[in-house]
Amino acid sequence: MTLAAATNENLANLSNTLIYSAMAVYTLAFFAYIAEWTFGSRSKVSRTAAALTGDAKGAKKDTKKAGAPEVTVKKAGGTAVLERPKVVTRAAAGARDVPDGPGAHGGDEQGDLYGRIAVSLTVLAFLIEFGGVLARALSVQRAPWGNMYEFNITFSTVAVGVYLSLLALKKNIRWLGLPLVTSVLLDLGLAVTVLYTASDQLVPALHSYWLYIHVSTAIFCGAVFYVGAVGTILYLFKDSYENKLAGGGTPGRFATSVLERLPSSASLDKFSYRVNAAVFPLWTFTIIAGAIWAGDAWGRYWGWDPKETWSFITWVAYACYLHARATAGWKGRKAAYIALAAFACWLFNYYGVNIFVSGKHSYADVG
Amino acid sequence: MSTTETGKRSAARDDDSAVRDDNELGAAGSQLSTAPREDAPNLPSLGVIGWARWFWRQLTSMRVALILLFLLSLGAIPGSLIPQSGTDEMKVEQFAQDHPTLTPIYEKLGLFHVYSSVWFSAIYILLFVSLIGCIVPRTWQFVGQLRGRPPGAPRRLTRLPAYTTWRTEAEPEQVREAALTLLKKRRFRAHLAGDAVAAEKGYLREVGNLAFHIALIVMLIAFAWGQLFKSEGNKLIIEGDGFANTLTQYDDFKSGNLFSSDDLNPFSFTLKDFKGTYARTGPNRGTPRIYEAAVTYSEGADGAEKKRTIEVNEPLKIDGSNVYLVSHGYAPVVTVRNGKGDVVFSQAVPMLPLDANVTSSGAIKVLDGYTNAKGEKEQLGFNAFFVPTFAGAGQGQMLSQFPAPDFPVLALSAYHGDLGVNSGLPQSVYQLDTKNMKEFKDSKGELFKQRLLPGETMKLPNGAGSITFEKDIKEWAGFQVTQQPGSGWALAGALAAIFGLAGSLFIQRRRVWVRATAGPDGVTVVEMAGLGRSESAKVPEELGDLAAILYETAPGAPDPDAEPETDAKASEAEPEPDAKVSEAEADPTPDPQAVPAEGAEQ
Ligand code: HEM
Repeated sequence: MTLAAATNENLANLSNTLIYSAMAVYTLAFFAYIAEWTFGSRSKVSRTAAALTGDAKGAKKDTKKAGAPEVTVKKAGGTAVLERPKVVTRAAAGARDVPDGPGAHGGDEQGDLYGRIAVSLTVLAFLIEFGGVLARALSVQRAPWGNMYEFNITFSTVAVGVYLSLLALKKNIRWLGLPLVTSVLLDLGLAVTVLYTASDQLVPALHSYWLYIHVSTAIFCGAVFYVGAVGTILYLFKDSYENKLAGGGTPGRFATSVLERLPSSASLDKFSYRVNAAVFPLWTFTIIAGAIWAGDAWGRYWGWDPKETWSFITWVAYACYLHARATAGWKGRKAAYIALAAFACWLFNYYGVNIFVSGKHSYADVG
Repeated sequence: MSTTETGKRSAARDDDSAVRDDNELGAAGSQLSTAPREDAPNLPSLGVIGWARWFWRQLTSMRVALILLFLLSLGAIPGSLIPQSGTDEMKVEQFAQDHPTLTPIYEKLGLFHVYSSVWFSAIYILLFVSLIGCIVPRTWQFVGQLRGRPPGAPRRLTRLPAYTTWRTEAEPEQVREAALTLLKKRRFRAHLAGDAVAAEKGYLREVGNLAFHIALIVMLIAFAWGQLFKSEGNKLIIEGDGFANTLTQYDDFKSGNLFSSDDLNPFSFTLKDFKGTYARTGPNRGTPRIYEAAVTYSEGADGAEKKRTIEVNEPLKIDGSNVYLVSHGYAPVVTVRNGKGDVVFSQAVPMLPLDANVTSSGAIKVLDGYTNAKGEKEQLGFNAFFVPTFAGAGQGQMLSQFPAPDFPVLALSAYHGDLGVNSGLPQSVYQLDTKNMKEFKDSKGELFKQRLLPGETMKLPNGAGSITFEKDIKEWAGFQVTQQPGSGWALAGALAAIFGLAGSLFIQRRRVWVRATAGPDGVTVVEMAGLGRSESAKVPEELGDLAAILYETAPGAPDPDAEPETDAKASEAEPEPDAKVSEAEADPTPDPQAVPAEGAEQ
C-alpha cells in the first residue's frame, strides 16, 4: 500500500471518529434542549387566550413591540422629542392578532440557561461534524457527495448550519433546535448504520464541475426545505391550538405548555413561507444544473429518469404551494398541507428513489 | 375595478383577506398584483357563448391552475414507478411477463409511456392553455398599471398595516412637496393626489412573475421543437478509424418527425486513442477512473484538423451537434492465412462487451479471398470470445476478472462455408449466422476451438489455414452523435425563469401614502401609511426610514394635549383636523392602535 493510500485511510478513520463524536455532542445538545423545554414549562404563559378572547389590551401592546421596528428615543434639550416617529403595525384584516410566544425557555431563567447551553453544544457538534465531512472529503480527494452516506452527513451539517446562521442573524428560531437536533441524530444514525459506505473515489460519470454545483445546491435546498417543513408542522399545531382557543375550547395542559411558547401561527406560517420561497429559485436552478449535467454525461438533458421525475414532482409541488398562497380559499392550512406533501416528495426523491427505484442515478450506492 | 364587482366578489369569498382589504381600502389596496380575480362559481344561464366564457374563466382562474399543477405532479408519479418503454424496453418486457393481467390494462392507460400518453399530454396542454390565457390579460393589466398612477390615499390611513403620524409646524404643501421629492428620490412612482402623496414601488416583482410564466412557455416550445427536429445516432469506431457525419455512416440512427437528412451538420473526426484506467482496489474495484477518447476533428466539409479528448462528461460540441463517448470495448487484431500461408484477412475486429469487466463476444468473418485446401473459394467464420483479464486455465468460464487488458485471451471456434451475407437479410457484424456453415472438427469430432494468448496462432485442421491473435490489441469507443435544436432556447428560458422567479419572490411591491393636512389649531398633521402584498417586516421598516427622513424636514411640534394614547375617549377628545380637508374625521371610531408619535414613549 502506498503512503498516500495510508494517509487517505487515516483521514477516513478520522472522519468516522469525528462523525461519532459529533453524534455524542448532538445527544448532549438534545438533552439540553429537553431541559430548556422542561424548565420553561414552570413559568405560566397564556397570552394567546388573552389575545383571542377580548381581553386583548395587554397582549396587543406586546405585538406592537414585537412588530414595530426599533425606535430610538433621544432627548434633546430637556423636552422629549422623538428622533423618528413610531410606526405602528397592524395585522392584515381577518388575521388573528396573537403575540409570539417567548420561546422554549418560556421566560424562565434556568430554562434560558439550558437553551444557551444547548445552542453552544449544537455549535460544537456542528464544528465537529463539519470536520468529519471535511476529513471525508480530503480522504477521497473530492467533494463528499458520492454516495448516500456522504449525502447524509453533509445534509445534516448543512441543515444545522442553516439553523445556526439564522440564529446568528438574530432570528427568533431557537424553538427549532429540539426538532432539528432530533432529526439530525436520526439522520446520522441512519448514515453510520444502514448507509455506511467505505470511502472511495468517484466513477467518471460523477466527475464534473456540474456535480459540485448540482449536488451542493440540492443538499442545501433540502436542508432549507427541511427547516421550512418543521416550521409548517409547528404552524399546523399552533393554528389548531389557536382555533380551539378562539372557539372557546380548552386545549390539554401539555399542548398549552408547548404551544404557548412557540411563535404565533401567523409568524410560523410566514416563517415557513419565507424559507420555502427563498430556496425555490435555487431548487429550480438545481434541476436545471442537473439537466445540463445529464446533457453532458448521458447525451440527453431530460429523460424522465426516476430521480429527474421526482425532482420535477417536488418542484411542481412547491410551485403548487406558492400558487396556493395566492389563491383564494387555499391559504393557511391547505397551503401548509401542500408544503408538507412537497417536502415528502423531496424526501422520497432523496431516500425512496435511491433505495427502491433503479435508474441512472443509482450509483448513490447503499450498503 | 368597479364597486359592484368588489361587492359581488366579497360576498362570494369572504374568507379571502385580500378581498376584505379591498373592501376597507377601496381602490388603494387593489391591483397590487395582476393575479386573476376569483369569480364566484355562479352558473350561467346564457347559452353556448355564456358557457364557453364561463369555461374559459374557470380554465384561467388561479384555482384551476392550481388543480392542474397538482394533477401534473400526481400524473408524473406512475412513470417513475412503472418501467417506461422510452427508457428501458427490456424492463417493460420483463414486467409484461411477470404481470400478464395488469399489462393490457396498463397498456390501455398508456402507463408504459406516461410522458407521451394522452392523459398526461392533456394535463400539460390544458395547463399551458390556462397559462397563456392567464398571461395575456395579466400583461395588459400590468401595462395599464404602468401607464396609470398609483391609487390615491384611502380615507382612513390608520387601517393600513403600517402607520405613523405626527404634528408639525411646517405647512401641509411643504410637507407634501418634501414627501414627493423624497419618494421620487427613493425610486417610487409618486404623484400628488388631493391632500396626499401616493407612491408605489416594486413593479419589477410583476415583471419577474410575468417573465417567469412566459419563460415556462418558451421552454415548453423549445422542448417540443427539439423533439420534432432532433436526431440521434450511434457509431462504433476502432482506434485509428474515422467518421464523417452522414446518414450512411451510422450503425443506428433515429430522428424526430420533422428531421431530414440535410439537417445533419457536416463534420468528421478520427479516434486516435482510447484510454481507460480502472480502480484496482476498494469497494468500487473495476469502475473506471480515467475514461477518455483522444480525437482529431474538423468542422465543415473540409475544415482544419483540431485535437480534443472526449470524456464522459465532456462531449465534443460542433456547431449544434454533440458527440458523446458512450461505450468502449476491445478490438483484437487477427490475421487469417490460407493453406499456402498467404494472408487473406488482417483486421481489428470489435467485440461487444457483455459485462462490466468487458467479457466480450464477436464474430470474425472472412468474406472473400480465401481458398480452401482444395483450391475452392469459401468463406470462413469464427465465433469469438474475448476477455481482457483471464481467470487462468482451469478456472472455468471465459469470464473476465477485470476491465483492463492484464491477461487478454481470445477464444475462437471455427466454421467454413457460406456466411450468408449476400442473402439480402440484414446481418449483425457481431454474430455468425451458421445456417449454411460447417464446423471445423477436432480429432474427437467436436467443434474445433482454441484459446489464444496474444501472438499465438491457431492452425485449422487439415491444412485449411490458420488464424493469429496479434499482440497489438486495439480498443474501440462508441460514440453517440446527437443534434437537438432548440436547446439553446430551452436554456435561455430556464435562465429567464430563474431570474423571473427570484424577482417575483424577493421583490416586494408596496405602496406608501403621505397625507399632510392643516389641523383646526393650524398645526399640520402628517400621516404616513404603507401597504404591501403580504405582511412583510420590510414595509414598516421602510416606512420608518421614510418617516425619519421626512421628520427632519417637518420636525415635530409639541402636542398641546396631554396623553393622546390612552383610549378611545381620549382619542375622540383629541382635536381632529378640519372636516373639509380630512376624511379621517369621517371615521367615528379612530383605531385605538393609531398612536400619534409624540408622547407615545414617555
Ligand atoms: C406551468 C405551470 C405553472 C407554474 C410552474 C407556475 C409557477 C408559479 C410560481 C412558482 C409562482 C410563485 C411566484 C410568486 O409567488 O410570486 C407563481 C405565481 C403566480 N402564478 Fe403561476 N405557475 C404556473 C401556471 C400558472 C397559471 C396557469 C396561472 C393563471 C391562472 C398562473 C398565475 C400565477 C399568478 C397570478 C401568480 C402570482 C401570484 C402572486 O401574485 O403571488 N400561474 N406561479
